[in-house]
Amino acid sequence: MRAWARQHRQAFAAALRRFKGGGLLSALVIGVALALPAGGYALLESLRGLATRASLDPQVTVFLKTELKRAEAQALERPLRADRRIATLRFVPREEALRELNAQGLSDVTAALSQNPLPDAYVVTLRSGELDLLVADLARMPGVAHVQADSAWVRRLAALAAIGRLAVWMLAFLLALGLVAVTFNTIRLQILTQREEIEVSKLIGATDAFIRRPFYYLGLLQGMAGGALAVVMVWLALALLNREVRVLAESFDSAFRLSHLPPGDALAVMALAGLLGWLGAHLSVSKHLREMD
Amino acid sequence: MVSFSAVAKRYPGGQEALRDVSFSLEAGELAFLTGRSGAGKSTLLKLIPAIERPTSGSVIVNGQNVASLKRAAIPYLRRNIGLVFQDQKLLYDRSVYDNVMLPLAFSGHAPREAARRVRAALDKVGLAGRENASPIQLSGGEQQRVAIARAVVNRPSVLIADEPTANLDAESAARVLDIFVAFRQVGVTVLIATHDLALVERYAGRILKLEQGRIA
Repeated sequence: MRAWARQHRQAFAAALRRFKGGGLLSALVIGVALALPAGGYALLESLRGLATRASLDPQVTVFLKTELKRAEAQALERPLRADRRIATLRFVPREEALRELNAQGLSDVTAALSQNPLPDAYVVTLRSGELDLLVADLARMPGVAHVQADSAWVRRLAALAAIGRLAVWMLAFLLALGLVAVTFNTIRLQILTQREEIEVSKLIGATDAFIRRPFYYLGLLQGMAGGALAVVMVWLALALLNREVRVLAESFDSAFRLSHLPPGDALAVMALAGLLGWLGAHLSVSKHLREMD
Repeated sequence: MVSFSAVAKRYPGGQEALRDVSFSLEAGELAFLTGRSGAGKSTLLKLIPAIERPTSGSVIVNGQNVASLKRAAIPYLRRNIGLVFQDQKLLYDRSVYDNVMLPLAFSGHAPREAARRVRAALDKVGLAGRENASPIQLSGGEQQRVAIARAVVNRPSVLIADEPTANLDAESAARVLDIFVAFRQVGVTVLIATHDLALVERYAGRILKLEQGRIA
């Protein structure tokens, strides 16, 4: 067990030496490549946050008939909850609707009214499926006066966001392939420069595992360093963008900022990069060490 | 210790390097493998640490048939065989000490024990005190002695050398052979390929003469 730990320590130390001797540049290449999808992801997440009020997930308001009693209105909650297409459901009593209207600066208008003209309503968000179909079904429910889907622009925004997400994932996939290829090549060059040492070691009793181990560590190290660089680059880029975003947002009276990658996501980027580096090393070592037999 | 029976080796292309070779070496036995260039000496030596595999016949080393050994078992076989090559195969990017240390790194010895063994091995070949030198600073004979130290640092039971004196002057060659002979006294089986018959006659070793792939 101690011998095993010692061998891994030695392999790691060897990998670290090789990394310092040229792996840093590869890590930078990997970092730049990963910064693109990681940054795109961070931007999309920020935009999703921007749109929380008019959520990117299509929202539907179900206005009930004004003559409906409160108990009758609340009784509708059960069938609505039973509908599997509905993700979230919120009941907005007419008093709250009036308060919201006042808060939006229309108190002069509402003050002129003798009674509250607003109906009770349900605000639902769609989980999946056709928005139009749900709207039609909701409109047929007893007690429902009118169904309004804040449809057109929300749907366009949602579609745009979906395209953006897809683009980010495609970019991530392509650049992940690139990362594997970059690692594959660095490890190949390392194997070539150490050809003599590897050949002698094999002749005098080194196991394949012993010879492979430093290369696996090198791939892992290079990938993780690249991931860390990507996280730092994204952080810096967002920090710079936020200085301008703040000026723009303030002109709209908004406190909106682009949000940084949460720590969990940043760690995931590094872990994934490390894993891909390991994979590149595995492919390279398997191919090139076999050739030396 | 080392036993060949009816060993043949044919290379792809039809060239027959060895035909029906049979012999057996006891523990602590010293033998010289002689014969002209191309007689099959190197091929025969390469069969022992499974660098090459025989086409037919069996090669038994320490009770194991090397001919049918699995690939994964070969490193463990080689740790018990000291190999010395004509061209030394030292690594010139590191010190003498690190060269001799190399086989101990694979077998995972504790650092203190490994350091002790490296010093002992260098002492045996008369290079104590040259640990920090680079192999490039050493003479041919000294480099060959570093290679011997590396071959014996794992305390193998079999020591094999392919033309270890080929590039050395007479004095250095004698010194290198003296070291090999000394190992036989501690029970190591020693097999040396050489075409230098004059040198061989000075030692009381068995002579295996290869002619056109057969033991004459």
